Amino acid sequence: MNVPVNKGAETAKHFEEAEEVVIRFAGDSGDGMQLTGSQFTASAALAGNDFATFPDFPAEIRAPTGTTFGVSAFQINFGSGEILTAGDQPDVLVVMNPAALMVNLKDLREGGILVIDTGAFTKRNLQKAGYDENPLDGDSLARYHHIELDISSHTLEAVKEFGLSNKEAIRSKNMWTLGLMLWMFGRPRQQIIDWLNDKFASKPDIAAANVAALNAGHAFGETAEMSADLKRYHIAEAKTEPGTYSTVTGAQALAWGLVAGSQLADLPLFLGSYPITPASPLLHQLAALKEFEVTSFQAEDEIAAIGAAIGASYAGSLGITSSSGPGIALKGEAMGLAISAELPLVIVNAQRGGPSTGLPTKTEQSDLYQAIYGRNGDAPMPVISSRGPGDCFYVAIEAVRLAVKYMTPVMLLTDGYITNAAEPWKLPDATKLRSFPATFATEADGMDENFDKFARDPETLTKPWVKPGTKGLEYRAGGLEKSFETGHISYDPDNHQKMTDTRFDKVAAIAKDIPQQKVYLGEDTGPLAVVGWGSTFGPIDKAVKQAIKEGKKVSHIHLRHLNPFPENLGKLLADFDKILVPEMNMGQLSTVLRDRFLLDVIQLNKVTGQPFKIVEIHGAIDQALSAKGEK
Amino acid sequence: MNKNISNEQLTIKDFTSDQEVRWCPGCGDYAILKCMQRTLPNMGATPENTVFVSGIGCSSRFPYYMSTYGFHTIHGRGPTIATGVKLANPDLDVWLVTGDGDGLSIGGNHMLHVLRRNVDINILLFNNEIYGLTKGQYSPTSKQGTRSPSTPYGSVEAAVSPCEFALGSGARFVARTVDTAQKHMPIVFERAHQNKGASFVEIFQNCLVYNDEVFADFTAKDVAKDRQLLATHGEPLIFGKEMDKGLVLDTTSLSLKVATIGENGISKEDILVHDETNRMLAMMLVSLNPPEFPMVLGVIYADPAPTFGDAIREQTAEVRKKKGPADLNNLIRQGRTWEVK
Repeated sequence: MNVPVNKGAETAKHFEEAEEVVIRFAGDSGDGMQLTGSQFTASAALAGNDFATFPDFPAEIRAPTGTTFGVSAFQINFGSGEILTAGDQPDVLVVMNPAALMVNLKDLREGGILVIDTGAFTKRNLQKAGYDENPLDGDSLARYHHIELDISSHTLEAVKEFGLSNKEAIRSKNMWTLGLMLWMFGRPRQQIIDWLNDKFASKPDIAAANVAALNAGHAFGETAEMSADLKRYHIAEAKTEPGTYSTVTGAQALAWGLVAGSQLADLPLFLGSYPITPASPLLHQLAALKEFEVTSFQAEDEIAAIGAAIGASYAGSLGITSSSGPGIALKGEAMGLAISAELPLVIVNAQRGGPSTGLPTKTEQSDLYQAIYGRNGDAPMPVISSRGPGDCFYVAIEAVRLAVKYMTPVMLLTDGYITNAAEPWKLPDATKLRSFPATFATEADGMDENFDKFARDPETLTKPWVKPGTKGLEYRAGGLEKSFETGHISYDPDNHQKMTDTRFDKVAAIAKDIPQQKVYLGEDTGPLAVVGWGSTFGPIDKAVKQAIKEGKKVSHIHLRHLNPFPENLGKLLADFDKILVPEMNMGQLSTVLRDRFLLDVIQLNKVTGQPFKIVEIHGAIDQALSAKGEK
Repeated sequence: MNKNISNEQLTIKDFTSDQEVRWCPGCGDYAILKCMQRTLPNMGATPENTVFVSGIGCSSRFPYYMSTYGFHTIHGRGPTIATGVKLANPDLDVWLVTGDGDGLSIGGNHMLHVLRRNVDINILLFNNEIYGLTKGQYSPTSKQGTRSPSTPYGSVEAAVSPCEFALGSGARFVARTVDTAQKHMPIVFERAHQNKGASFVEIFQNCLVYNDEVFADFTAKDVAKDRQLLATHGEPLIFGKEMDKGLVLDTTSLSLKVATIGENGISKEDILVHDETNRMLAMMLVSLNPPEFPMVLGVIYADPAPTFGDAIREQTAEVRKKKGPADLNNLIRQGRTWEVK
């Protein structure tokens, strides 16, 4: 079929201009919703929109079909303005079965567009979703602009010439749906057609069927006289900084950032990791980068993963380990070893809902205590966090820099949302990044009588990095307390005090080496500052922006460095009357701030496994501003 | 295993640290330490290229007494750290010192995987069948019925047999020796060092304080010759004071039997010849227990296979050849990109 595929080929006059639109694709785990969503995202990216996505899928790989707990969804917010969140409420909800309707309808905005595959609304599916009556029959959907289409049979019709089995054929219904959505937003199809042909290169029938379904969905919009029924939206290009852009997920940007960090440090990268949701994508990414002096080691367990990384660092590589909360818990003792042996190490925690196994596929920020405090003994460790997918690149480089410069393990916090979500990212020029090459003690040092391998740098308090193979500098590392002067085992009480102080001072010294805390949005002083960290950046920023637009005096402070804090943070916070801390936990940053700065904060806590909505934070801002009393 | 070329002949002194050895007087560990310090120069090892990694326990203090590089790590995790060291720098000679609790209880999982992966390290498992450093609790190798502070009425568990575990895990080199065997321990160390891949050596080590004489049934002077069999590749499996006993295969029960040369028409030719590349034979030899059978010592199994590190490096080289020079800017631009002007 010949179709116009160029961007802008379809005139904008049939379209209603919209600044931003939120679409959610929801269906059974087997319906290919993540694929549909990510391909739609690619089309938004190529159209020059800014966007943010939120893949939300069940922990089960294939939950029983048709059930509510097997519903998989992908939400994308795209627009011509700055997009920082995946959107509070979908404007368009596409549901591929009754269970998806049951789970998602409550989120659709009043008057929003609801696209329903009626072909999946069988008696059995309705039952499995928990409907006593078919919701399509009554007027329960009257509040929405609902479009009922038998997508299943349209798809079967579109692909019948390929002679696929019914089961195979129906799998293309996500592409039919995608085709319709591309029509609705005037988006080209060619790149998705190319992608399908590439993906199914070895199965030309399947490729052709998917392409046919995609085209049929698009043609349906075009010809089925839907225009009266269905609005089409035009979203203009976003005004973003000039440059080359690409779509990145957090896992990708993190992997690239770690590789960049290892290059800047001039060290081979060694990743020890063990599969765990939602951290595994980083392991997958790095395992594929063997040409970059990357050794990826899938260990037998979490402890072996960090153990091998520590061994690699001891031998002169950049050791990295990655996991999620439960795995990080298992690594605790080994982190202490790296602290004691004073070896560089980056520990990535893609946080998920807890405690215990918790909510593996849902997002949370509840491992901050674990990151800052979660080890036996007094075991200080720098902690930094990423605020979004693209930011992971720079945070990874910063983690490597601190680990190597201060010879310490560094905890890098992301979360399930950041790891899987995608956003447009302005590609940096990797050749222009500032290097921080690691230095090792040498054989010449070994022959120099005056060289002291245990002497500390007065600024960083680190000892030289001595790697095995260096003649004349043989030493024994270990987890038993060592003498400050000689590096031998020492049980001396004063020495333990001195070494403990040194470990504290070393991490504290980093505060001088990180940027001063800036106010991201708003004034440097005033009645209210909203303080956040990690992936709450987007909703906080949008909410603060909105409040400022409404004339309210509120500022946004976003923390990247969580331990130690920037030197000026205490003073900066003290200049605000009130501090509001929204967090996807029960108040972990709040208590840390209270502890460090003896100031009170207003908590806004959410642990539903879902990111904050802008409106939730906006509401808390209003409440904080209207409430009486100073802090 | 690595050949280190050195101009000067190194001696025991070059491998001995200035730290005071703090094991209990009379501990079997002393003899093992001395033997290692004495043998390393003969292997062509150098202090700078040798790393001793250990876990936690009495034996794990070993690295402090060597003047090589060393890493005294955490309980049971020695194999993981040793794996990282070896993968990061294949030129290093990596030794892992562990015990029955460290290596087979808390670190049992790691031991399994370091062996099956065939990481090129030498593993010395000091087996004293007891937890010494924590004051005498029974260990996973303790014989059933062992009375200890944590089993005052005797342990009820079956014990794990280290060499059977190693073979079951896919080890390609398994050897056994005794702390007092100053003649053949060096040979075992040298063979372990020569072997490319994970070399597993079980050392029966006497804990004078908490488990004295636990191996006396085959190490006591009066019975040793009759209860120890030193296996040598290509030689018949003969033992005994008079060297008149040997192992024969009973083909009906598929098991080993002790036969006496000169009795029942048995001649030296009827005795099984040791083939260290025969895994089935190795499995049978390590499962023999005194007093019915001799304790088999020496290199019981040695059938090298490609090492983990070599396999990784080979694959990496192939990928690099195929993908060409690595360029980060190219990498991050390889997906769909677009320009904003």
